[in-house]
Amino acid sequence: MSAPALVVAAWLLLIGLYGVVTSRHLVHLIVCLSVAQASTYVLLLAVGFREGAKAPIFGDIPASSPVVDPVVQALTLTDIVVQASVSALLLALAIQARKRFGTVDPNRIGELRG
Amino acid sequence: MDLAALAIAVPLLAAAGLVGLRPLLPRWGAQVLGVAAAAAVAVLCSIVLVRARDETLVYWLGGWRPRGGVAIGIGFEIDQFGAGAAVLAALLAVGAVVFSLRYVGETDDLFEALMLVFLAGMVGFSFSGDLFTLFVFFELTLISAFVLCGYQIERRAPLEGSLNFAVVNSVGGFLFLFGIGLVYGRTGALNLAQIGRVLDGEPADALVAVAFGLIVCALLIKAAIVPFHFWLADAYAVARTPVCILLAGVMSELGLYAVGRIYWSAFSGAFTGAEGELRAILVAAGVVTAVLGALMALAQTHLKRLLAFVTVSYLGLMLAGVGLLTAEGLAGAALFAVGDGFLKAALFVGVGVVQHRFGHVDVGPLHGRGRALTVTAVLFAVSSFAVASLPPFGSFLGKTLLEHGATSAGYGWLVPVFVGVSALCGAALLRAWARVFAGLGEPAEEPRTIESSGEEAGREGDEPPGRRPWTMLLPLAAFIVAGLAAGVWPGLADGTVAAAERFVDHRSYAVSALGGSAGPPRAAIPSGVPHWYDWLYSAISLGGAVLVAWVTLQGRRPARPLRRPLSVLRAAHSGHPGDYVAFVVAGTAILGGLFTLLLT
Repeated sequence: MSAPALVVAAWLLLIGLYGVVTSRHLVHLIVCLSVAQASTYVLLLAVGFREGAKAPIFGDIPASSPVVDPVVQALTLTDIVVQASVSALLLALAIQARKRFGTVDPNRIGELRG
Repeated sequence: MDLAALAIAVPLLAAAGLVGLRPLLPRWGAQVLGVAAAAAVAVLCSIVLVRARDETLVYWLGGWRPRGGVAIGIGFEIDQFGAGAAVLAALLAVGAVVFSLRYVGETDDLFEALMLVFLAGMVGFSFSGDLFTLFVFFELTLISAFVLCGYQIERRAPLEGSLNFAVVNSVGGFLFLFGIGLVYGRTGALNLAQIGRVLDGEPADALVAVAFGLIVCALLIKAAIVPFHFWLADAYAVARTPVCILLAGVMSELGLYAVGRIYWSAFSGAFTGAEGELRAILVAAGVVTAVLGALMALAQTHLKRLLAFVTVSYLGLMLAGVGLLTAEGLAGAALFAVGDGFLKAALFVGVGVVQHRFGHVDVGPLHGRGRALTVTAVLFAVSSFAVASLPPFGSFLGKTLLEHGATSAGYGWLVPVFVGVSALCGAALLRAWARVFAGLGEPAEEPRTIESSGEEAGREGDEPPGRRPWTMLLPLAAFIVAGLAAGVWPGLADGTVAAAERFVDHRSYAVSALGGSAGPPRAAIPSGVPHWYDWLYSAISLGGAVLVAWVTLQGRRPARPLRRPLSVLRAAHSGHPGDYVAFVVAGTAILGGLFTLLLT
């Protein structure tokens, strides 16, 4: 795992969460969540990366050649699927908020307090 | 051990069938299928629980067994704790689906389908033996919970509750996966036992501590530990009662289960020598949660939100038990979770009956109106006392074990905390009971916290007054009986301690997963509870609960020195997802920083 990749991953996570914390628009908030999520993709792929290695598909390369770690790629794919469904759900909620209550500002939906 | 796989496949297939057959299936057919599938899961998990009595069950999906101590396949590792959590989830799901037969007037087949996916996620979560499978079932559970929570999307409060729930817990998912990535980068393993073997050799460095901190924080978000608890009150206050039963009865507790599972199977070797520091951090987080939750519960006038804060408070007690890092503390937390899970489910059903009858659950306007619901009133009072650790309910036995665990771990000062928190939570429940069902005290004048008008949807106008359908009262009574059984089942306390001894045995877990030679099994010491002073503690809790309820019934406002802190505390629960995420980030920074400083 290289240090620059780790720094990029940590940066994406923090900047995404900063966006979520300060967001005044639901769609913006959901995109910021996706940015934070992207940090995990970077981290996972960096963990499995090997200098000069090929994609882990052994159809057309000899079985002894170096390849990057396929496990983390599977994890990343699974994670993308998870994120897609959560984003879809959140966007559906945002559309409902706009349609029914005429606002996409998380401050203005507010009814739950104390 | 194919039954374990079946216990996940059955609800998922039934859910797929419910969705696929929607045009053909009559409404009652879908409901029967939903109840039958949940009941089948309960039976399957019970068989697994019985079989897990003597050994940890290991099942490799697709026959991908580990070779030479290296596991590539996905493994289930099921001991009595995991199987027990699955049985609890399945039993609560049966009760919830039965309860929803009449209650959820406007739901369709998708509701049952989602409940089954939710159940499958929780069962898989309790069975998983590797980090990534834990993560996948974690997300599956949460996504179905988000949707169920916001099921009445046309109303403002469920929409907001679901949104806060989803945003905060998604952030938890990122932290979890980030931690998994770091662990995999260090150890090259996802299987918990294999991670444990790699980490065993040397003391933890900063990377291991940070990874552990991220994973624990993600699970504590799910378990609603302060300062990660904000989403829970919003979500539980707006979800329909059947959903609340599963959410409050078992889902949050599973987060604590996973903290224990991951610590003892993977990290306990690396943190040898730093147990004292870890114990102090976890117990402190648990105590703060317990006290804050109890105070917030006393400040509520919305019945479901009140129950939500009681849940938060008791999750804090359970974390303090798990955080003792001893078998006895863990056994106490587990038994307490089971007893309390059933009883809290009973309370939620009681609130659901009130909502069904009156269309809302605000204590103020309901003042004295609950007199018409005699049976519910009696059962609600019984459950309230039981939650405040009335012997011989499961909550009493579990709390007794917890107190013994705390004393023998050198944390004797926890005992008065446990007693006091039980008293405060019991007082909050009893005061609400006295107002709603007995008409005592002045009507609460606090402004409504949550819109109530739209909840009429939960009411069925054709129901003759004074009659509750048996599908509502049956789960209520059954949950109370189950909570009682968790306290009087012969040998349960000793059996739980023995199971906990196996749960915390780092080496034998690795051996049952990956092979090798185990040392001699650890001998379980009979717990010998309850002693005479345990009855005394319980009496103090109950007396304190009645006293505090009585005193707070008289005056409408809290005592002057408490007002300002309470209003600050309440203002922090702002209902804004950004604020909640800010608390999550701050909490993660503090906990992760403490782990890095103290555990390496």
